[in-house]
Amino acid sequence: MTSQPYRLPQGGRIDRASPLSVSFNGRRLSGFAGDTMASILLAHGQVLVGRSFKYHRPRGLLSHGSDEPNALLSVDRGPGRIDPNNRATMIEALDGLAAHSQNHWPSLDFDLGVVNDALSSLFAAGFYYKTFMWPRAFWDRLYEPAIRAAAGLGVAPAAADPDRYGHRHAHCDVLIVGAGPAGLSAALAAATADKSVFLVDEGVEMGGALLHDVSATIDGGPAAAWLAETLTHLRARDNVVLLPRTTAFGSYNHNHVGLVERVADHLAQAPEGLARERVWQVRAGEVVLATGAHERPLVFADNDRPGIMLADSVRSFINRYAVAPGRRIVFATNGASAYAAAADAKAAGLDVTLVDIRDEATCVKEAAELRLAGCEVLTRHSVVGSKGRKRVSGLIVARFGDAKIGARRILDCDCVGLSGGWTPAVHLFSQSRGKLRFEPSIDAFVPDRAAQAVRAAGAARGTYDLAACLAEGFAAGAAAAGRVSDRGFSASATLTGFEPAGPLPTDDDPKRLKAFVDFQNDVTAKDIKLALREGFESVEHVKRYTTTGMATDQGKTSNMNALGLIARTMEKPIPEVGTTTFRPPYAPVTFGALVGPARDVLFDPVRKTPIHDWAAEHGATFENVALWRRAWYFPKAGEDERAAVARECKAARDAVGLFDATTLGKIEVVGRDAAEFMNRIYTNAWLKLEPGRCRYGLMLKEDGYILDDGVVARLAADRFHVTTTTGGAARVLNHMEDYLQTEWPQLEVFLTSITEQWAVIAVQGPKARDVIRPLIEGVDLDKEAFPHMAVRLCRFLDAPCRLFRVSFTGELGYEINVPADFGRSAWEAVYAQGQAFGITPYGTQAMHVLRAERGFIIVGQETDGTMTPDDVGLAGMIAKAKPDFVGKRSLARPDLVAPGRKQLVGLLTDDPRLTLDEGAQVVADPATPIPAPMLGHVTSSYWSANCDRSIALAVVADGRNLVGRKLHATTPAGFAPVTVSAPVFFDPKGERVHG
Amino acid sequence: MLLIDCPYCGPRPEIEFRCGGEAHIARPADPAAMDDAAWAEFLFMRANPKGVHAERWIHQHGCQRWFNALRDTLSDAFIETYEMGTRPSRAAEGKST
Repeated sequence: MTSQPYRLPQGGRIDRASPLSVSFNGRRLSGFAGDTMASILLAHGQVLVGRSFKYHRPRGLLSHGSDEPNALLSVDRGPGRIDPNNRATMIEALDGLAAHSQNHWPSLDFDLGVVNDALSSLFAAGFYYKTFMWPRAFWDRLYEPAIRAAAGLGVAPAAADPDRYGHRHAHCDVLIVGAGPAGLSAALAAATADKSVFLVDEGVEMGGALLHDVSATIDGGPAAAWLAETLTHLRARDNVVLLPRTTAFGSYNHNHVGLVERVADHLAQAPEGLARERVWQVRAGEVVLATGAHERPLVFADNDRPGIMLADSVRSFINRYAVAPGRRIVFATNGASAYAAAADAKAAGLDVTLVDIRDEATCVKEAAELRLAGCEVLTRHSVVGSKGRKRVSGLIVARFGDAKIGARRILDCDCVGLSGGWTPAVHLFSQSRGKLRFEPSIDAFVPDRAAQAVRAAGAARGTYDLAACLAEGFAAGAAAAGRVSDRGFSASATLTGFEPAGPLPTDDDPKRLKAFVDFQNDVTAKDIKLALREGFESVEHVKRYTTTGMATDQGKTSNMNALGLIARTMEKPIPEVGTTTFRPPYAPVTFGALVGPARDVLFDPVRKTPIHDWAAEHGATFENVALWRRAWYFPKAGEDERAAVARECKAARDAVGLFDATTLGKIEVVGRDAAEFMNRIYTNAWLKLEPGRCRYGLMLKEDGYILDDGVVARLAADRFHVTTTTGGAARVLNHMEDYLQTEWPQLEVFLTSITEQWAVIAVQGPKARDVIRPLIEGVDLDKEAFPHMAVRLCRFLDAPCRLFRVSFTGELGYEINVPADFGRSAWEAVYAQGQAFGITPYGTQAMHVLRAERGFIIVGQETDGTMTPDDVGLAGMIAKAKPDFVGKRSLARPDLVAPGRKQLVGLLTDDPRLTLDEGAQVVADPATPIPAPMLGHVTSSYWSANCDRSIALAVVADGRNLVGRKLHATTPAGFAPVTVSAPVFFDPKGERVHG
Repeated sequence: MLLIDCPYCGPRPEIEFRCGGEAHIARPADPAAMDDAAWAEFLFMRANPKGVHAERWIHQHGCQRWFNALRDTLSDAFIETYEMGTRPSRAAEGKST
């Protein structure tokens, strides 16, 4: 045992038959199965485990659970598996585990950052705001990077995380959070009522305080025996799911509770494919919160030296892990529970002294018992300081009277157990929007009115007596299961009760003291008082200004001490000060667990057309459009984007181009009232459109702004084939369904998305007819018989085909719609047939250029949700004769008819080689001092090979009246002169489309 | 996450739904006859009560049908869900902004 000098010779729940070794900062340490990293460190006398956040003060363990603020370690499981900021108390010992301390340079033992401690007067609350005021430019470049580098908590891993993380959804009748005495008895009650029960606990072992309360008895036997028996009983039931190592981190609406389960880190050999952690989303009928309580430290000067920890944590390390946190332990307390810890420490053979703030008369019973056990007990004593640097060596105490501090006495020690009272863990209750109530008798907030089917039991609602916890848990579990059932438990009495204490009495100058309230964020009592003096009176403001309670421990140990201090300083009762809002997560959750499987290919679905693979095989580059991958351009060897796009654009106008338009949204509108429905949804008229004809349709929102556009074909009197923009397909269908279901349910119309059902092959260019003629059966393709904006049902080789004569290029063009399964074969047939005509596949970039040459808008590019039809030159699309359509009335709104609206125009740069940036601002006079009035901005801008110059579309205030005028557009090199033109650059009369 | 009782499918999680804002605002029969103020009232003005609110919801990733719901905006409790074109069994707290 010499290798573990502080390991006790007997006791504990560790498995001494299973030794293991771990490393800490490279040093090998031995331990046993059942240990945590924290208990192994203590077993080796490694009390110094980290440096504090701001002052880099030496710090040791404060607690034994998930509330630990100091001992944050980085666990290294290999490349990509470095996990910073783990609480040593929550890291299960595993053979070969490597952990490192954080927040020090160059080493834990010798940290230069400790200079901050000497300079601490600089670092009072709000010092960033006060100190780094100017010069302003220094903030981004100097102050903030330097502060962030100095203040970090751990270092994020640089490699991608190779582990799997699982997500699971579950339903249960009763979810019980916390498997201490109250939670266990709640589970017994609910399970007996045959409800489906989830019992979750963040610990490795279930049992809560029973795991270290070795003297307690339940129903006449040792509590440990009752625990084992209860767990055996629950495990045997198939309506109970026990989830140890599982933290309930968030309580959301309608009893939706987030759990994170640590699945694999504790396994020496995890099975292939097992998730490292698993997030459970549980929807519970009823929730029972048996989350226990957190012990508070006492606030006095230098209360943060390594070796000073919570009294109940001292008890836990001794009883559960068989580790002595020190040989000479002084307990300092304002309540009774520390006496149990002191008695257990004494029974373990350690030297024990207890200092009680309270009067002798208040604690006469427990003091007498402890003295009988051979311990010195000092009552009505304050703690005014501590000795030691990297480990506490003495506690400075003094008797105090009404206003006087007596002579100081140094109690030599190597460990201090503090008990400043208890704070019920009301986090989840508060997150579920339950109301809290301040209970003066226990100086704490407790659950009051629940907002959901949530109830609290045991220490979580301020009940600390063991028998009462068991009875309360049982009643809560039964009630959650819909029964009224009380069961009495007999148990050993629990030492409870404490006198709330603020910062302990002292006659030292409080300005010179560091009495810590929040250990993780290095917030002292002095900081909180300063914040109040500076006028931060709301508890939420004090929290943000001082950062108390804002660290990863979320103030579990510190919040009530901070509130008490605020209340005392402001001379207000605590309920008037109130408490800060509890928000998820209760304890830190890894990003890996939250992300789960939603990464890499599962991050977002990818939509591909039937022609995608052909495009990839022919060297296409792709762009993302909504969830689609679209062929962007098809570079030939040696071509860059500009050259490829120029070649594709020329080919479409000189010969014939081939384009995959499958991603266009497609909706079939069918039914007796289909034409009437179309008439109400679109701005233009549909009743008289003959079957076999197409029409360009424009759709507005009710506010008069353009929602979407596209060509619509009337296939039959009661059947329309609607196309939408690629990104707008779902939006348009939703818009149509909304009006159909909620405003006009009397119309007999059916809407069906057919986007995925039809592949669309656009053949565009003067040779288009020649290319498709041999492939089409059943249509007279001559221009008189099948004019522009017509549609025919026919056959394309073996496939049924909806053949549109439409054009988004301004050339003679067809869009061949075939069922998606025929998409690739049809495309290949067109491509083969087109070889003799120089057919050229083109991508979305050439498509954009070709339509811009003709001035066709793209909704979402020329429009931004505030553009009317008139703004983009489409006033002619509004059917004047129609009494109503969606958006019509809004077109007469005062702002929509006011002069000076931005209108779509063309911009021609004086230098035809200069291509403007999309988004560039347009101004009248570059000499105008900044901020100059912005007239508008460039919406589309391209190099046009067909025009042999750059072209741009823009929206400019009152633009149509400015045609011919000189304006200026911003470029990275300064202003560029441009001339306003009509938004058409090629074939201004639009004749080619009829070819 | 809310648990919403679709009148057609039963209780389903919120992510399957989309909220369509305040319910029971019928599109006027003759918009052209309305003055600008009345039209703006219809188009833009919505209740924002602290309490029971009548809302439109669509089970977007389910049956794709619209329905109405009474929800308490304070507690997020759904008091009832009911079909389009029907009225709830109790009144919402109306237009208060």
